[in-house]
Amino acid sequence: MMLNLTQEGHPPLTSQATPPQLRIQDVRLEYEVRGGKTVLAIDNISIDVPKNEFAVIVGPSGCGKSSLLYLIAGLAQCSGGSIELDGHETDAPGPDRGMVFQSYTLFPWLTVRENVEFGLKRRNVPTEERERIVNRYLNEIGLAAFHDSYPKQLSGGMMQRVAIARALANDPEILLMDEPFGALDSQTRTQMQQLLLNVWERDHKTVLFVTHDIDEAILLGDRVYVMTSRPGRLKEEVVVPIPRPRTIDMVMDPEFIKLKRHILDLLKNEIHDEAH
Amino acid sequence: MKDGAASVSLETLTIADPGPEGPGSDSARQGIETRASLPIAERKRPRRRGSRLNTYLTPKAEISRRESLFVALGVWLLVVGGWAGLTYGHVMPEIFLPTPGSVVGAFFRLLGNGTLGEHVLASVQVVVLGFLISSVIAVPLGILMGTFRIVQAALEPLVNFIRYLPVTSFVPLFILWIGIGIEQRITIIFFGTFFQQLVMIADITRSVPKDLLNASYTLGATRRDVVVHVLAPASLPGILDTLRITMGWAWTYLVVAELVAASSGLGYISMKAMRGFQVDVIFLAIAIIGILGLITDQLFRLMRVRLAPWAQ
Repeated sequence: MMLNLTQEGHPPLTSQATPPQLRIQDVRLEYEVRGGKTVLAIDNISIDVPKNEFAVIVGPSGCGKSSLLYLIAGLAQCSGGSIELDGHETDAPGPDRGMVFQSYTLFPWLTVRENVEFGLKRRNVPTEERERIVNRYLNEIGLAAFHDSYPKQLSGGMMQRVAIARALANDPEILLMDEPFGALDSQTRTQMQQLLLNVWERDHKTVLFVTHDIDEAILLGDRVYVMTSRPGRLKEEVVVPIPRPRTIDMVMDPEFIKLKRHILDLLKNEIHDEAH
Repeated sequence: MKDGAASVSLETLTIADPGPEGPGSDSARQGIETRASLPIAERKRPRRRGSRLNTYLTPKAEISRRESLFVALGVWLLVVGGWAGLTYGHVMPEIFLPTPGSVVGAFFRLLGNGTLGEHVLASVQVVVLGFLISSVIAVPLGILMGTFRIVQAALEPLVNFIRYLPVTSFVPLFILWIGIGIEQRITIIFFGTFFQQLVMIADITRSVPKDLLNASYTLGATRRDVVVHVLAPASLPGILDTLRITMGWAWTYLVVAELVAASSGLGYISMKAMRGFQVDVIFLAIAIIGILGLITDQLFRLMRVRLAPWAQ
């Protein structure tokens, strides 16, 4: 069980039988601002995400948590450190690291079905198999009836469901989720969290999820990484011992609230630190 | 630790409140809120409903199809009526402003002897050829210019320089180089539209959201895929709009070319009519150009509906 894993970081050279699926080591990100000054956005972050784990990064806005996902996806370059997926250093973006973005990124000229199919087509998956996979994921997100709709005919929540299906249909090694429900109203967000929990229960895909919502982090994650504000550093790694399958109602459990209080305190100190 | 629960119920309350029917109908359903929200409902209520004038004077308020047709027709009648009044009432001498009747007469006269068909065809041929040649190069090149910074850096300064040169200033040069045949007119149309199209299409492609590209990369798209399967389709509605707008300009340059040096076309018969003081023919030529423009505009509108139904 995940709960028994140590709370300390892994030793640099591990002889474990199953190495982590994703290994982030001493990753730094600097960028240049006007006037030639460099800003340190991410400062030496190391995270190991084991296979089939749902990992969540939570932190104040501007802490570089989204940037970290972009680095893992290969959409931006690290200034230092290394990112390994299944023991291989990652390079350019690829279908092994699926991503769901905060902004709506469905292709507006493609129908729901064609959107989910996009990655499969790029990888030349045969038509019949493509159809089978697309139908499966459309059913999982409950949008089979909308397969012929264009994105603009969908609500925000529905669009993000399709975006999740589109990423999962490609069967990535890891699913990166960058505040995917951040733009949704709170009721839709709750529904989406439950849907994601249900979808995740089916195949326990490795997930790295970024959010600033503490409830969301605890509800979804096996493990929550709390980040400091700029420069982003890892402040604490919190294991979530709440059993699965989980439901939305668990946000009222005493254990849940205890964890929430703890993470709130960590982040509160963060804001305090910032003021000085 | 109850504050978590309290904040949740507060959220649901605030979300349940608005809605398309407005606060009034909502409060009817939620008994306890009725008294509290009534004064708000009253305050928010717009001025008297039902008054059409009220709708007309409300910014961006919709009007019915019948109403919009009615006022459009009204303005046309006003213009034509004013024209008829000026001419039939002998306010303007007929040598400067022909009567509507004489323009219609000129239409049938020129249609009958085949002159009109011949010259309309000549004009359409030149404008379509010039526009097609320009578009066929400008669309792919514009997409490349909006896609690759290196192409942009190479072409943009030059294109922007040429874009601001009045095409008309090239006419003497083109006549010297190419003569006064159809090629010369096509060249003028090409020069007038190509550089504008290029810059506009490059802008459209450049404004495709970066996250669409990022999403496609994480789905396994190659760089070529991104150009062909993301940037090109994402730019399509904007490109069709650009073509529609620049087609109008192509007509303008066509007439310029025909007025200066040509032996056929609507501009040419206009010029010839001027020498013979046939104002009715000049009017006819202008009207025909307007009608042809209207038809092409509708064709482009239809094409956009057909090719990009997702962007209506």
